[in-house]
Formats: sequence, structure tokens, C-alpha cells
Amino acid sequence: MNPEIKSYFPILKQEVNGHPLIYLDSAATSQKPIQVIEALKEYYESDNSNVHRGVHTLGNRATEKYEGAREKVQKFINANATEEIIFLRGTTTAINLVAQSYGRANVEEGDEIVITYMEHHSNIIPWQQLAKERGAVLKYIELEEDGTISLENVRAAITDRTKIVSMVYVSNVLGTMNPVKEVAKIAHEHGAVMVVDGAQAAPHLKIDVQDLDCDFFAFSGHKMVGPTGIGVLYGKKHLLEQMEPVEFGGEMIDFVGLYDSTWKELPWKFEGGTPIIAGAVGLAAAIDFLQEIGLDEIEKHEHHMAAIAMDKMSAIEGLEIYGPKDPAKRAGIVTFNMKEVHPHDVATVLDMSGIAVRAGHHCAQPLMKWLDVTATARASFYLYNDESDIDRLVEGLRSAKEYFSDVF
Amino acid sequence: MSSNNLDQLYRQVIMDHYKTPRNKGTIEENSVNIEMNNPTCGDRIHLTLQVEDGIVKDAKFDGEGCSISMASASMMTQAVKGKDVDTALKMSGIFSDMMLGKEYDDSVDLGDIEALQGVSKFPARIKCATLAWKAMEKGVHNEEKS
Repeated sequence: MNPEIKSYFPILKQEVNGHPLIYLDSAATSQKPIQVIEALKEYYESDNSNVHRGVHTLGNRATEKYEGAREKVQKFINANATEEIIFLRGTTTAINLVAQSYGRANVEEGDEIVITYMEHHSNIIPWQQLAKERGAVLKYIELEEDGTISLENVRAAITDRTKIVSMVYVSNVLGTMNPVKEVAKIAHEHGAVMVVDGAQAAPHLKIDVQDLDCDFFAFSGHKMVGPTGIGVLYGKKHLLEQMEPVEFGGEMIDFVGLYDSTWKELPWKFEGGTPIIAGAVGLAAAIDFLQEIGLDEIEKHEHHMAAIAMDKMSAIEGLEIYGPKDPAKRAGIVTFNMKEVHPHDVATVLDMSGIAVRAGHHCAQPLMKWLDVTATARASFYLYNDESDIDRLVEGLRSAKEYFSDVF
Repeated sequence: MSSNNLDQLYRQVIMDHYKTPRNKGTIEENSVNIEMNNPTCGDRIHLTLQVEDGIVKDAKFDGEGCSISMASASMMTQAVKGKDVDTALKMSGIFSDMMLGKEYDDSVDLGDIEALQGVSKFPARIKCATLAWKAMEKGVHNEEKS
């Protein structure tokens, strides 16, 4: 990876608690390059206006930028058409839309919704709510010991009563990359739709929704060097066409009568209210930035970082790493615990050395239960991290261990 | 590493309570049970209180969490045991002020709890320290209602 990349991220040029900042929490949210920050600034300074309505020039420019961003996203994930790209607040909103619209219309009492033990809360609770409302059964696919998913277990869980299978592409805790393409095939054999939570995948791998043949794919801009508050739901056109909106109001309507109204065509019928225009513009700039470097290159870098980090971290006595041991099977996410030092304490000690890691349950409580821990620490790497960051982390972890063994 | 700053947070007495927690366990009979967790980080406390005639006769805790949350729970049980409910609640208010970095009433002897003062400099950790106190307040209020 080109060492210049780090220099595009202004936030990384600061000191935290007297040390140069080492940001290892990109799985929570990524930092933003100057190109994205400039795109937002330029939009607000030159083009800001509401879209799809004004006759005036600014309105046209804003509309062109907003719809241009949609086209960019379409190509980024290789969707068949721009109608299949819906701009929403983020992955959570996208999955909720599928649950509330597609789910309510298609899941009946006794039907099954299948998810896994490694889901983020945003891919659990929408289905719990739907299952409770419809009297459906929520089923969890068991994990293998190393935190991977076997297709045998997938086949065992999905039946002809299954209407929806929803699975994370890359786990935000274990870093596991799941075989969503194969799972989609199994889901389809049983007449179920396949929903993919791509929040941790879109920033790190080349996404091809047609190749995956998933029915829905959700992701967030802020995890892929874009702004917060913008996300995407991809859905196959024939499914989106039969779905009802869940938010009603301006922008999404065609004709409004006193007692009844009709909706715009796709994708706008799902985008009620003034859309997230600046967010979409920022996301487009983020996609440009990532594509210039190359998603293949980014994925390679992450496997490399995961391999080095796992190697160096496991040399620390009493440090346990969760998830697949093979770095080729995981993204740049390393979740761990240190014997005798609680993850919050690890995170505080690291923070005093300017190193940002996440500590807690990572919005994945069922997975924590499966791992039989209440909390873990997590270091996640992105394109702006390099090996020297890993060395600082390892040094910090050794100090934490020493500090706590001294006080004991 | 800035171990001076860390020493402010992890005072010896805190580590002592973490390592050898006081009043660990559960009171089986005539007690009020409170389960409380910190949903953002997974810290969990199970507190049992025995309140008779407006006095906290006994307090025990169990749970999982970081050094700050467990040490704070240990100190809290030690502090409120034998106190009347009003004093216990007053101490909780003082502790909350201390955590928020506000001026606090120093007329009440807080004992070991004073050691947690450094936590106020670590905003992300304040919730760890206040969890046990929140549980105690809830328990006392439940007891009053019943």
C-alpha cells in the first residue's frame, strides 16, 4: 500500500495524550480523506439546493450530483440498474426497510427467518421484531469452533418454510468472511430471499451483487471513508417494485389526493423527505477515492495487516485472539482479550498512548455469549494503517500487561 | 506511556478492591435484587441489599466488568453497609457530583471512594464507576415502594 495514503487523512496528523494518533477503530467508523471533506465543502459552497424540484440552476446541479452518486454506487457494487440503489441513513435503516416492507408482506405465521450467531444487532433486532409480529420463527445458524460458518449448518437451518435468510458478509467482531454467494444459492433453492449485511464488506472488498446473486445488500458510507448519515440498500428490481414504502411524505409521492396518494417509481418511492444529498455526494467521492487505490489492493493490504497483527499479538503471553486463525479467511479485524486485564482497561491504557481501539460487546451480544465473554477489545485496520501502527499497538499491549501485573 | 495519568485513574486502593473485592456474593434471604448492566460496554452487576427499618443492613454484589466498575461496586457496598437509606442516597449524589467533576459536599466521609476521583478525568469510564451506585439507588427505591 502506498505510504502516501495516510497523508490524505488530516485527522491522523494529530497527537492524542501526547502521542501521535494511531487509529485502530475503523470497523466502528473510518476516517475521511481530504478528497471527501473537499467534496462536501464544495457541494455546500457551490451547489447546495433541494433536488428533483427546482427549476433553477442550483437545483439542477444538486440533482445531477445526487443522481450521479447513485450511478456511481450502482457501478461500485455492479448492480443492474440505478433503480436498485436506494439512499438511506445507513445499514440499520436499510435492513429495517427490508424487514418492515418485504418482511411484513411475505412472512406468515410459522414461517422462518434465518440468521447467524455472528450478526450485529442491526441484523438481529429487525428480524426479532418481525418474527414476533408475524408469529414467525427466528433461527440461528451455529458457528464452527473457529468462528466460521459451514454450509452443512446452513443447509440444516434453511427449509422450505424459510422466507428470509440474512447474514453478515464480514463479521465486525471475528473478521470472518462468510460464503454469502453459496448461502444465497441455498436460500433460493428453498424459495427464500437472501439479505446481506455488507457494512464491513463494502469498505474492504470488491462487491458484485449480481455475482453474489443476493436479493438485498445493505451498507453504510461512513465505514468506507464517506460521511455519516448515508447508506445504501440494494435490492433486485422485481422485489423492490412489489414492496411498499415504509416512510411517507414529500419527495416519494407521485399524486396526492385528499384521501389517497400514489408513489413515485423506483428508487424514489423509498426516499421520503429531502434526501441525504450531501451524504450521497460525499459517498461518491469516497467511492472515487477507494477505486483509485483499488479494492483488490485494499483487500490484500487488510489480509496482510491481519496476518502481521495476529502473528505479533499472539506472541504476547495470555493474549487470546477470537475468530479464524487463517488470515486469508478474515478481514483486517482482530478481536482479542488479555488475561487479567479487562478490555476497558486495555483500551484506556492504549488511549493514554494515543492508540484508539474499541472495547465492549461491539453490538453483537449473542456472539459475545457464544464466545463466552462479556466484552472484548478490538483493533481494526484500514487502508491508512501500516505495520508501524501494529508495532505501536503491540508495544501498548505489552505496557498494559506490565502495568496491570505491577499493580497486582 | 503516560503512566502518571494512568496512576491517577488506577490508584492502588482501586486495584486492591478490584483484586480482592469486598462483599462479593449474594444475600439469599430477605433481600432486594437488582440486575443492572451498561448496555454500551457489557459491564453487569447483580446487587443484593438487605434493608430493615430504613437501614442498609447488608449489601453484596456479583458481576463482570472492568477494574473501575468492579472496584467501585466493592467500595459502594462497603460504604453503604450500616448506613440509613437517606445517607446512602446522599452519598450516591455526592459520588455522582464527584464523577461529573462538580464541587461536591465533603461533609460526608467517603473513605476509599475518594480514590475514584481520578475517573472524572476519563469521560468514557464514568459510567463504569457509577453503575453500582445506580443499582443501589434502584434497589433502595424498589424497597421503599414495596
